[in-house]
Amino acid sequence: MTISSTAAAANAANPFASVDALVAGLGSVGYIASRRIATALYMAVHLQKPILVEGSAGVGKTELALSTARLLAKPLIRMQCYEGLDESKALYEWKYGKQLLYTQILKDRMGEALADAPTMDSAMDRLHGMGDLFFSEPFLEPRPLMQALRQDDGCVLLIDEIDKSDEAFEAFLLEVLSAYQVSVPELGVIVAKTPPLVFLTSNNVRDLGDALKRRCLHLHIPLPEAALEERIVATRVPGIEATLTTQLVAFVQSLRTLDLRKAPSISETVDWARALILLHADSLDSGLVRDTLNVILKFEQDIVAVEPQIVELLHRR
Amino acid sequence: MQHTLEEFLRALRAADVKVSPAEAIDAARTIEAVGYADRELFKDALCATLAKSSDEVVRFDETFETFFTRDALDLPPPDPEDGEPPSGEGEPGVAQSPLAQALLSGDSAAVSQAMEQAAARAGVAEIRLSTQRSRLTRRLLDEMGLAEIEQIIANAKRLQTHEGARLAVRLEAARSALMARAQAYVERQHELYASGSGKQLREEMLAKKALNADGGIDPVDLVMMQALVRRMAKRLADRYSRRRHTANRGHLDVRKTLRKSMAHGGVPFEIEWKIKKVDKPSIVAICDVSKSVAAAAQFLLTFLYSLNDVVDHLDAFAFSGRLIPVNAILDDNGVEGAILKVLQTIGFQQTDYGKALEDFVDNHIDRVDRHTTVIFLGDGRSNFADPRLDLMHLIQQRARAVIWLNPEPESYWGQGDSVMYRYERFTHVAKTCNTLGQLERIIEDVLRTYSAH
Repeated sequence: MTISSTAAAANAANPFASVDALVAGLGSVGYIASRRIATALYMAVHLQKPILVEGSAGVGKTELALSTARLLAKPLIRMQCYEGLDESKALYEWKYGKQLLYTQILKDRMGEALADAPTMDSAMDRLHGMGDLFFSEPFLEPRPLMQALRQDDGCVLLIDEIDKSDEAFEAFLLEVLSAYQVSVPELGVIVAKTPPLVFLTSNNVRDLGDALKRRCLHLHIPLPEAALEERIVATRVPGIEATLTTQLVAFVQSLRTLDLRKAPSISETVDWARALILLHADSLDSGLVRDTLNVILKFEQDIVAVEPQIVELLHRR
Repeated sequence: MQHTLEEFLRALRAADVKVSPAEAIDAARTIEAVGYADRELFKDALCATLAKSSDEVVRFDETFETFFTRDALDLPPPDPEDGEPPSGEGEPGVAQSPLAQALLSGDSAAVSQAMEQAAARAGVAEIRLSTQRSRLTRRLLDEMGLAEIEQIIANAKRLQTHEGARLAVRLEAARSALMARAQAYVERQHELYASGSGKQLREEMLAKKALNADGGIDPVDLVMMQALVRRMAKRLADRYSRRRHTANRGHLDVRKTLRKSMAHGGVPFEIEWKIKKVDKPSIVAICDVSKSVAAAAQFLLTFLYSLNDVVDHLDAFAFSGRLIPVNAILDDNGVEGAILKVLQTIGFQQTDYGKALEDFVDNHIDRVDRHTTVIFLGDGRSNFADPRLDLMHLIQQRARAVIWLNPEPESYWGQGDSVMYRYERFTHVAKTCNTLGQLERIIEDVLRTYSAH
């Protein structure tokens, strides 16, 4: 698609004006997006909903969030999920150590402050006055979710691999995702001034709950078609020969038709292209492919299965 | 347009895409944001809002295409014989009938519009069964004003002029095109709203169908049945894994925390939490595959197979004359292959419960401990051989629970060579289980007993 220079200037000012502008905008920060991806992102911004990105490893789920952050020129806050992740790691934690240290240091001061209290009751009253001291901002350790909510100018929040976390954590996220707020018992409810743009990514390790899915827009990123992949490689690996790009993308595309344990995805294609540049290759031949096969195939069985077919695959197209 | 959107959402629900009221609101907001002008954008945006998994995306695409595609109506082109537009103004009745005018001038957009409106009046979208199709087609045509067209054709024929004859021929051609179109329209509505619910209905029936019914399960239903069984097993696994995770969190363990604080001069630096322990379900399933339960055996094995995929500690055994472990077979083969192989190896022989129990106790009794639930799937018909109740007693003493699922109704127990009542004394639960629905409930109960404690 071609965009006239004036339109391009307008789009540069606001990449979220239309889907086409968004495709162009993402392209300018090095992410070649299909229309479906751009539409989902466009809707996420306009409906202020989180966006759940699914797809196999290496198709650019995380990269989409990084590129969007670059495009918006906003900070990216990333939270990696894993089994056993809980509120204290994701939201906030009290700095127990610091609290204890301060109580120890202030012990004497407290003794002084309480010394002249005539009765136990008045001493208690005075203690109540000081009580909240240790549960206040200086002792609060904000974790990614709270950091994201406290960014007054907005930010991009990436919750990576949500499917690796527990069900309970998923339920905990619901409040954050739908209302962009969290409740901290000691401090009250914290509401985001500017709702962050939230990306959740999932590798389908387990099915996510319906409640979470309902709150999100759904985007499935498939493995790209040859033309799109060529453009991605050309953007990501500047200085690569056009003929080499065509050859290697065609080879990877034909690999994907084989029955492999882990088919190479975009990130593998890009890595391979970089490796070939390092080796000063300007076209593919079977020897070169054999030597560098371990860049795109991650299982020994896959490599063994593909090796005898290399010549045939190279000449298939 | 609001109405159209709602109809579309209903079609989506019929296609098993879950659309809640909240998502319906989102869809309306989506349309507000993107508008209708760009079909591709409209579709992608709605898809992002409504479809929540890659399966649903596929179903969404299909439904969208079926719902929003309107093939142009094949109207006979305006008469080439004379240059004037064949409005048929001279004919009585044509001027009064907008439909006739639209048909004559080849204005297929107007006809399509009329059809949509008539369809709303006739309630075509309410279609549930395939038998309603012809009746609804008729009603749709009536609502569109087919009677008027017939009237005009009859009138024109009666005039017996060249003009009249030509009009009649043209209108007749248009009428048959219209009828074909109406039929196709109703057919599509049926596909949108009814085919999904028909499938649902059949699945419900299957879940209730007795596994050992005469003639067993219709081969046509076999694939659907296996999918159903797999889904049940997956559902059970999902529910179970959820519970195991909740057991990981706990409350402050004061005793342990104080104990740890001793090292820091009584200052509780390290906080200890109580941890709930949860048993993993450990299941031993022993399945009868002899002649008497042949029909049920296939599905018991299918279920066993699916369960083997989702439960970590499942040991499966099958027997008719002798007993063998079948875990390896289930692991190495696809579901059909595995069942076939089990049946080939030991299936369809004379049942001998005593011998099978002996084999089990001799070789595999170590597998049964106080955490194990033993599930027997069989009819308890021992062919008058020694039922070896002593071994059953031994298993019961060692196991946490013994469950016996019998495909025969309770009134048959104890009749003929059935020793079910005698075995029942050594089980914790003995139940009739001859439908998939019952099977699921019982297995769910088993998994539930392994909750936190």
